[in-house]
Amino acid sequence: MGTNAYVGLSIVIFFIGVFGMLTRRSAFFFLMSIELMLNAANLLWVVFAKSNGNLDGQVYAFFIMALAAAEACVGLAIIVLFYRKRRSVNLDDAAEMGK
Amino acid sequence: MDRTALENFLWIIPIAPLIGAMVVGFLCALSNKRGVFPPRALVGVLACVGPLASFVVSVLVFLSLGKSAEASTLHQKLYSWMACGAFSIDFSFEADRLTAIMLLFVTFVGTIIHCYSIGYMGHDKGYARFFSYLNLFLSSMLILVLGSNLVLMFLGWEGVGLCSYLLIAFWFDDEAKAAAGKKAFIVNRIGDFGFVLGIFLIFTTLLKQGPASLEFSFLAAHANILAPVALTASLLLFMGAVGKSAQIPLYVWLPDAMAGPTPVSALIHAATMVTAGVFMVARMHFLFDLSPFAGKVVALVGITTALLAAFIGFAQNDIKKILAYSTVSQLGFMFLAVGAGAYGAGIFHVFTHAFFKACLFLGAGSVIHALHEEQDIRRMGGLLKKLPITGATFLIAWLAICGIPPFAGFFSKDEILWSVFNTWGLYGKVLWALGLFGAGLTAFYMSRLVFITFFGKNRLPSDQHDKIHESPLMMTIPLMVLALGSLTIGFLGLPATLGGTNVFGTWLAPVFGAHELPSEEHSMEYALMALSVFAAALGIGAAYLKYLRKPFAPSKPHGIAAFAVGAFFVDELYARVLINPLAAISRSFLFRVIDVAIIDGAINGLAALALRAGGAVRLLQTGSVRTYVYYLGGGAVVLMVVIFVGWRWPL
Repeated sequence: MGTNAYVGLSIVIFFIGVFGMLTRRSAFFFLMSIELMLNAANLLWVVFAKSNGNLDGQVYAFFIMALAAAEACVGLAIIVLFYRKRRSVNLDDAAEMGK
Repeated sequence: MDRTALENFLWIIPIAPLIGAMVVGFLCALSNKRGVFPPRALVGVLACVGPLASFVVSVLVFLSLGKSAEASTLHQKLYSWMACGAFSIDFSFEADRLTAIMLLFVTFVGTIIHCYSIGYMGHDKGYARFFSYLNLFLSSMLILVLGSNLVLMFLGWEGVGLCSYLLIAFWFDDEAKAAAGKKAFIVNRIGDFGFVLGIFLIFTTLLKQGPASLEFSFLAAHANILAPVALTASLLLFMGAVGKSAQIPLYVWLPDAMAGPTPVSALIHAATMVTAGVFMVARMHFLFDLSPFAGKVVALVGITTALLAAFIGFAQNDIKKILAYSTVSQLGFMFLAVGAGAYGAGIFHVFTHAFFKACLFLGAGSVIHALHEEQDIRRMGGLLKKLPITGATFLIAWLAICGIPPFAGFFSKDEILWSVFNTWGLYGKVLWALGLFGAGLTAFYMSRLVFITFFGKNRLPSDQHDKIHESPLMMTIPLMVLALGSLTIGFLGLPATLGGTNVFGTWLAPVFGAHELPSEEHSMEYALMALSVFAAALGIGAAYLKYLRKPFAPSKPHGIAAFAVGAFFVDELYARVLINPLAAISRSFLFRVIDVAIIDGAINGLAALALRAGGAVRLLQTGSVRTYVYYLGGGAVVLMVVIFVGWRWPL
């Protein structure tokens, strides 16, 4: 497959993520959608690194992976605490700021 | 001690009391937190060590200067305090013969009064705080005296002002006393303003002529550069002296300063700090010498203050107030001397005055202590029998201030009058006559004080007669030492006419240059001397007739006396003419317009703006995560449009 196919795949994955964020209410699906979007970006880094013949993009891919791990960690902790307080993981229950 | 070695130890003189102040202050802060008080004996000893060390080094300095060549000085540079290009101000000390005299009596009287305070303040709960301030004061005073340049002198000058404020308002829970402290501080600011302007003027004038320095030695050597501004500069400096040394029109703070503890009144407001103005004028004598007119002004202010304060002293009934006005009056005499160019005589009077006035104040403190805080002389009387030591020492100091030979005050006052008589022709003769009159007045009001307090019938309620007790030795020994000083130190200035050599004048001659006085006219000098003794005797005699021969009965004052009781209502006049208009302007314009409308308005306006803007932008934050995703998506679309289509707006 050529670079174009990978870019197309990445765009597809990214919009699946966006779609998930817009439609799902559960915080877990939210986290997973974010994860999808990050990985779509990761895929682009790696593909362009390969096509340009250097490793710079791959280094960024590692950074993003570490970042995603950290973000998932914090996000899950927040969800756990939120559940303890509200007995719910529905994000619409957390929309108090606008009220 | 070796001269150069001694030079390296000059710093001990001002720094030893500073260390004392810090140690005692630290103890005080520590104890305030814990609610326990450090042992009084420890605090007392710690507080006396610093001044004593200063005194010892001062004596060594004095002896060393006595042995070396006449015009030599001891100089120690600690470090460069501030430097700007070629101009720098050193933190350096310099002792010449004038400084040595000041050092000797400041540290001597200071040490004695520290000892006295151990007894006097024994029952006060602010014991440690008191000694901390007192040490700090002594340190500042010694920096003032020792500083080798104008700026360092000014540092000491402000330091003593600060300590004066702290100690006047020592019992700050009494509102009147706190107000007295503030008054002293603010009135002194007015004088200091002149002092600072004087320094600026000297500095800028010197700067026009090349590299400048504010070291006294440099100033003295380049006095000719200052000649064009000598009148303005010396009058500005004199304005500082007027504030610090309580002369007309800024004398009003000193009588109120009596709110402080009595040892403070003795040390700061009689013996040392208030004479700083005289010292400053003497230190800058080369400048005042350049402008005869400035000298005339100084002398005129001096004699006017001397007479006015003496008149007010007539009618006061508070023992400390009388002594305060007496101090103002005596300071006037000192300025009369330095104005006439007789710096030696002025400093000699500073020197003798330190002894007899400290003795009088400490004696008054002893009386107040014995009578349980009674300060009104109308309720005293016949105390000589009850308080023999205090009474005897008070009498000696009284004779000294009246100018009865051979007590100290006679010699110094006589030297002042003789110098004034021989300066300026007719103007000098007039000032001399006024001075003679002032000497008579001094004798009168001091005798009134002594006769009413120590002689006659005891006017205390009879149930309190037995409670009166002589003060402890810790207080009476300092009194005896000072009384001995009042009795003997006058002989240091024994004039040639009386077979002496005026050791004091000769000692200071290298600093000021010889003050030419006609030496042939012995008969004239004898006549003047006799006249001044006669004036003093007349004053004492008049007081005797009025207050002692017939039993003293407090009567309601009337006419001019009522006016004098109210201190000629100068305070009220100042309040009406200066303070009230200033306060009115402050309230109506500065407060309402500048403060409330402009400053507060600007700040509150900014805050309101931020609040409104926040209120508007806040609506974007709905709290629903989905909204944010739409924002993100929208942002991405905008970015893509910008990237692919280009930034076309606003065309």
